[in-house]
Amino acid sequence: MNAPLLELKNLNAWYGESHVLHGVNLEVHKGEVVTLLGRNGAGRTSTLRAIMGLTGKRSGSVSLFGQEAISMAPHHIARLGVGFCPEERGIFATLTTGENLMLPPRVAKNGGMSVAHIFDMFPNLKERLNSPGTKLSGGEQQMLAVARILRTGAQLLLLDEISEGLAPVIVQTLGRVIRDLKSRGFTIVLVEQNFRFSAGLADRFYVMDGGKVVHHLRQDELAANATMLQEFLGV
Amino acid sequence: MTTIFGYPLPVVLGQLVLGFVNGSFYALLSLGLAVIFGLLRVVNFAHGAFYMLGGFVAHLLLIWFGVNYWGALILAPLIVGALGVGVERALLRHLYTLDPLYGLLLTFGLAMMFEGFMQQQFGSSGITYPVPAALTGFYKLGFMVLPIYRAWVIVASLTVCFLVWILIEKTKLGATLRAATENASLTQAFGINVPVMVTLTYGAGVALAALAGVLAAPITQVSPHMGTSLVVVVFAVVVIGGMGSIFGSIISGLMLGFVEGLTKVVYPEASTTVIFVIMAIVLLIRPTGLFGRD
Ligand SMILES: Nc1ncnc2c1ncn2[C@@H]1O[C@H](COP(=O)(O)OP(=O)(O)OP(=O)(O)O)[C@@H](O)[C@H]1O
Ligand SMILES: [Mg+2]
Repeated sequence: MNAPLLELKNLNAWYGESHVLHGVNLEVHKGEVVTLLGRNGAGRTSTLRAIMGLTGKRSGSVSLFGQEAISMAPHHIARLGVGFCPEERGIFATLTTGENLMLPPRVAKNGGMSVAHIFDMFPNLKERLNSPGTKLSGGEQQMLAVARILRTGAQLLLLDEISEGLAPVIVQTLGRVIRDLKSRGFTIVLVEQNFRFSAGLADRFYVMDGGKVVHHLRQDELAANATMLQEFLGV
Repeated sequence: MTTIFGYPLPVVLGQLVLGFVNGSFYALLSLGLAVIFGLLRVVNFAHGAFYMLGGFVAHLLLIWFGVNYWGALILAPLIVGALGVGVERALLRHLYTLDPLYGLLLTFGLAMMFEGFMQQQFGSSGITYPVPAALTGFYKLGFMVLPIYRAWVIVASLTVCFLVWILIEKTKLGATLRAATENASLTQAFGINVPVMVTLTYGAGVALAALAGVLAAPITQVSPHMGTSLVVVVFAVVVIGGMGSIFGSIISGLMLGFVEGLTKVVYPEASTTVIFVIMAIVLLIRPTGLFGRD
């Protein structure tokens, strides 16, 4: 098997004095969709932020595309080919929808998805290009947050709770988008509270608790582990 | 004679025009402060000192190297802006994780250092800087005689303010700056080199102060303390406009210049305090400033 595209070894992270990740180990291979599960406060968001270099101090190893990124600044990490969609969506209020979309610089030489293609995927965005980003509906903001990292050519997407708080039809659209991206060879790490959403999408699952990975499951092992999942997710 | 609310019209107009000149300086200086505060969250107390250094560099360029006013208008902001870049890299950078108060204290200390150093080197009396030949003379406006140089200051300041506003509000670079101002760490996580942007923004804000200093040199004379009281007024302007608001800082700079001018007609004793009274009222009624975001 090839070397993983993302590999965390004994990753520890702090916010100031508070130690939030206690030795996370996981790996994600090219083309995989992997979901981080866990209850509130388990450390899933912190894991994504630590990969991006957005927590305070970090230790251990973050290997991305074969490069050690533990001491890299966030803008270097992004330029390795990582697209980050934060939990709070991070749409800029002082930027128009179009400016939000065009903000992230290209990280791949041969470009990412064209703007035309993005509008095919998310037709709503096209009509709202000149409105302030935060005037969009919650669903549109979420689409914008995903669309803006597709433009850059990032091959690894870190998506934090993209289905949270959205209407079922929008959740379905996002599900289709994830499948489409997977078929195009993107590698995706999902953080999800919505177990049913991710159950149908991901190849593998890591269950986190207390700032570490406590279980690892393949898609076909989900059913057999329902009791364990219930215990850790409270579903 | 025509009067307006009992005051002679020519006197009112005359003070308004002078207020316009002062307002252009306020606008240029508060613009730089607002841009710096927006991105760095540093209240740049050294702004008045950088303004002063702009005037001094123009003077020294002239007497040491024979560089004229037009050359100084370009070179002094570049030189002082480079000093600002050095200050950000060497000093300010280390304070971003601390309480913003530390940035204010540091820049306050720097202001005292720069002013003290210039005083020790050049004494504290004002040095005359010649009005450039192309801008000598007067416009006879009927109600007043306006030195051409002052008209130029208005035009030059407003043009620069307008260009900076366009740059920030309408360009790709400006969108990146606005994004970093709103959420620096997320902007950096998109691959934008925010630390370099912060350094250059501080340098640019400081360069604007130096540009104002060069513009002021033929009017106010060059002296180590030329920025000391001005910077206090400009802080009030920024607070009134709304900390970090680009548009607000430009508009309130101009507006307060006019208000000050009018006060000189109506109640001259209050002309130096009127801006602070307005600041107090604005803070009570709308603490985010007239154009500030909540
Ligand atoms: N900025 C922060 N400063 C200090 N502690 C934080 C910060 N952000 C998160 N934490 C703490 O880190 C731990 C992990 O939080 P994290 O946000 O990673 O959880 P999560 O699994 O994403 O859960 P959820 O998003 O459902 O709340 C929690 O105990 C949380 O209180
Ligand atoms: Mg979370």
